[in-house]
Amino acid sequence: MLALAFDGVLALGLLAVAWQALHSADLFRAVISFMVFGVLMAVAWVRLQAPDIALAEAAISAGITGALLLSALGRLPSGGPRPPLRVGWQEVLVWGPLGALFVLALGITAVRLPAPGLGHEVHEALARAGAENPVTAVLMNIRALDTLLEVTILLLAVVVGWSFRSSVSAAAARVPSPALPALARLVFPVFLLAAGYLLWAGTHAPGGAFPAGAVIAAGGVLLLLAGAAPALENGPPLRWALASGVLAFLLVALGVMLAGQSFFSYPPAHARGLIAALEVAISLAIGFMLIALYVGGEPALRRRRWS
Amino acid sequence: MSGIYAGAVVFLLVNIVVGLLRVLRGPTAADRMLAADLFATAAVAIMLLLSVVAAEPALVDVALVFALVSVLAAVTFVSRLWSEQEREKERDDGPAA
Amino acid sequence: MALLHNLGTLLVLAGIGFFFAGTVGLLRFPDVYTRLHALSKADNLGLGLVCAGLALQAESLALGLKFVLIWVLVLLAGATATSLIARTALARGVRPWGV
Repeated sequence: MLALAFDGVLALGLLAVAWQALHSADLFRAVISFMVFGVLMAVAWVRLQAPDIALAEAAISAGITGALLLSALGRLPSGGPRPPLRVGWQEVLVWGPLGALFVLALGITAVRLPAPGLGHEVHEALARAGAENPVTAVLMNIRALDTLLEVTILLLAVVVGWSFRSSVSAAAARVPSPALPALARLVFPVFLLAAGYLLWAGTHAPGGAFPAGAVIAAGGVLLLLAGAAPALENGPPLRWALASGVLAFLLVALGVMLAGQSFFSYPPAHARGLIAALEVAISLAIGFMLIALYVGGEPALRRRRWS
Repeated sequence: MSGIYAGAVVFLLVNIVVGLLRVLRGPTAADRMLAADLFATAAVAIMLLLSVVAAEPALVDVALVFALVSVLAAVTFVSRLWSEQEREKERDDGPAA
Repeated sequence: MALLHNLGTLLVLAGIGFFFAGTVGLLRFPDVYTRLHALSKADNLGLGLVCAGLALQAESLALGLKFVLIWVLVLLAGATATSLIARTALARGVRPWGV
């Protein structure tokens, strides 16, 4: 009874904020609605018994995504409110049936999917995979190729973002209140501690490189906004750090090939160590990449070699 | 899902959904930001209570992550969005500098 | 043991009450500064009482300390965020109600 009430309120709230985020005439209201959507979605993942995804949703959508959207909004020219979305009968006539068809296809697919999924196979493979948490085993070992591609896409996003314009970090140097540097100095170690804890927890419980990286990024962004001298000097060290996730993956994948295995198939005896090394490298890389995205453009080069 | 804490979780969720009215009404951006802040704190409480209700200790970590990262939005709002737009406006309205 | 458990439940319920008060204040108070005041009660006391109550019922000391850590983090973050928002609102000329 209570569970039903909870799920009903949750579903209604999700629909309401999703509608607000899409439909609101005020862009700021839309962004806030999207952030609330992330909060409610994390609760929804918990109800769907997916605490791993709830963790990632909390770290990425409650923290970094909201901050990214808000700072993007800050760089838009402040025009008037955008015209409200009007839906005419032609749109309803075209998109109504198409949408219904899409929902129908989704429903049929959901029913036809094999019920237990691949959970059984993953649990059988866990003994050889080097991690007790099935999600970590899938991300870092069984489907490591997918994770490699995800990290590569994030790196590409940074490259594209940087190539558009230079950073705004100089403009952000004005600190709004002395409370902010005090807070950043106080809690930054806690951020690092929590990231390390999440990495450790990822071997046997929800956690792992993605939430840990997002927490590192949140701490770094807080330092940045508090006016800390940016460690983001654009030079070889930063660029190596940004690429380190992809490089670590490729190194491991090619290394096991040299040792006589196939691409990304770790020898079971070394799987645990390889996964631990990958997790550390990837969480650091994700942290740096998210901070680099937040900076909003390429930081000034320390030493110009050309131009 | 039963017991006092389950009822408390439902109550907190209803609080969030009703509080959405403030996001809807505003009137200033700061009001909306405050509402989002309250929802993040309520989500921390919901996660902690759910961790007891569902006997899932991992949810405490979700609450921990929420508590860590939720400050980012407000700080970004103050230092990048609100003050930034203000400067933009000053540049447009003020005398040519 | 049962006493501690009941005390914990009582604290959690008191905390939920502060969340309710915070939401009512957010909706009913007339301007951003008064709403901020209502909100900080939910942040500090509401979550504080929930965390204290759950910590009393925690199975291990580590779990109890984690509840307290979460509360302290939200306390620090909330205090900083609300003070920043209030300062910026004042600097941007949002006038306090009745002034």
